[in-house]
Amino acid sequence: MRITVASGKGGAGKTSVAVSLALAAKRESLLVDCDVEEPNAALLLGAEPLKSESATIPVPEVNEEICTFCKECSKACRFHAIMILPHKAVVFDKMCHGCGVCSFVCPENAITEVPREIGKIVWGEAKGVRLLEGRLNVGEAMAPPLIRQVKAKMEESEPPLVILDAPPGVSCPFVETVKGSQFILFVVEPTPFGYHDFELSSRVVVELGIPWGVLANKCVKGESEGIVEKMEELCSSKGGTMLGKLPFSLYVARGYSKGDPMVVADPSLEPLFSQVLDRIQEKASRGEAR
Amino acid sequence: MNGVREVAVISGKGGTGKTTITASLAMLMREGVVVDADVDAPNLHILLQPHVEEEHRFMGGFVAEIDPDLCESCGRCHELCRFGAIVPPKGEGAYQVDPVACDGCGLCQLACPTEAVRMVQKEVGWWYRSNTERGPFFHALLRPGEDNSGKLVTQIRTAAQEFAKEKGLKRILVDGPPGIGCPVISSLTGVDAALVVVEPTPSGVHDARRVVELTNSFNLELYLLVNRFDINEQIAEEIEYWAKEQGIGLAGRIPLDPRIPQLLSEGKTPLEAGGEVRATLEGLYQKLFDQKGR
Repeated sequence: MRITVASGKGGAGKTSVAVSLALAAKRESLLVDCDVEEPNAALLLGAEPLKSESATIPVPEVNEEICTFCKECSKACRFHAIMILPHKAVVFDKMCHGCGVCSFVCPENAITEVPREIGKIVWGEAKGVRLLEGRLNVGEAMAPPLIRQVKAKMEESEPPLVILDAPPGVSCPFVETVKGSQFILFVVEPTPFGYHDFELSSRVVVELGIPWGVLANKCVKGESEGIVEKMEELCSSKGGTMLGKLPFSLYVARGYSKGDPMVVADPSLEPLFSQVLDRIQEKASRGEAR
Repeated sequence: MNGVREVAVISGKGGTGKTTITASLAMLMREGVVVDADVDAPNLHILLQPHVEEEHRFMGGFVAEIDPDLCESCGRCHELCRFGAIVPPKGEGAYQVDPVACDGCGLCQLACPTEAVRMVQKEVGWWYRSNTERGPFFHALLRPGEDNSGKLVTQIRTAAQEFAKEKGLKRILVDGPPGIGCPVISSLTGVDAALVVVEPTPSGVHDARRVVELTNSFNLELYLLVNRFDINEQIAEEIEYWAKEQGIGLAGRIPLDPRIPQLLSEGKTPLEAGGEVRATLEGLYQKLFDQKGR
């Protein structure tokens, strides 16, 4: 069972909730940090890295002794990653998607593919929770290839419960993370920005047909109520489930500022997280989505 | 660049206050253009209330399509596809493309012996030139779930730069996205300065350091502002100390002030809180845009 914790807008509390759920799950679980651009789960869990491996994508290396500079590769490449000058082949590594088109079309077999590191895949553990993290090298433009590799690693030894911490946003890194999940839990701060981005991201999960629910976080009396109502309406109209409303707590905020996830800053929240997990399991097994 | 000063607001971590601060700066700015480069989940329009003057389609990458009448089910595409985007038929029948997984590389098209694959360019979003009470505003929306956000950021920044040049405007203010990936890189290329908005938490500091590392590949002035600094004053001081050591300009601190979310929920910026908050934001604007007689 894979649960992805997402939000649309950054800063809503995704990672804190994901870590809290993993801590509340008193069974074998794995926390997967798919926010490869800015992975924070290890920090909040207090996990030290145990094992780290290089994540690579295959990029072309042109043998200029064999190359006839015919330009078939650069014509076929859709990502402007390879350029052929009169007597030189130039590869723009960071534009390369590792698709293999260039080596496929080369009439001289002058192209071999060599691994280029885009980031690291790191295993960690703390407080009874196993953590698998993807960490993109600074300067790399693309998160999805690393997210794919992290998830493939997850599949090698997947326990009954996996909680994925998604990146913020609504575009390809988010989609790459949620694909294949049985449930998506949105953590949403009930502000105009938070609601706007949540609505955008709900469109994706509705299209993907994955059951989903919402946890409203940092609710403030008065201000938030109108937006929480809108969130509830969106749930009823699009088949999502309102799973809870957490009030804003300066206590939790200060705990977070010291590196504590919600359930550590405020242990009285633990039963709530266990309940949320149970409800999610129930919804997911009934496959509730339109 | 060309007499136009361009400043981007970034953070690494999401939710630190980039858009709120950018909106405040936009309200203070004269003779400038504002750009919302968080094309994936744009929020600045909520505060700036734009009137759209021009709307443009944005075409992104390609996606493969298999013509079931031409497909002879040889499976070559499925063998070669590195993105798991080719779905074999359950029994007999044509292979199909999973458009969500498809990377648009075209390998399947090149490999197909019956020319059953065509590559179709996707309309992945829209971008807009709008007017606000404070001047021109360029923004966009990437279709939820799509890629090519970096390309769309480049598109609106280019349009903003051309517009500024044409109208003789002196400043461009860019609200950047979170993270360090392609849309952030596209928000930073060629800017004169970047402001990093950091929150004083371990995650906030971790993420800010990564985005600062990213800026090292660019030739730009770097500034740092600590938002909601009083959540953890010790960390606020540590990050400011670190910033100074790195040669990053300190651009101020804003407290966790409950009036700010209240103002935001009313569609107003923190400038309206007055007092020290306003003074900090005015000082920030000066530092970013009006120093040394810029």
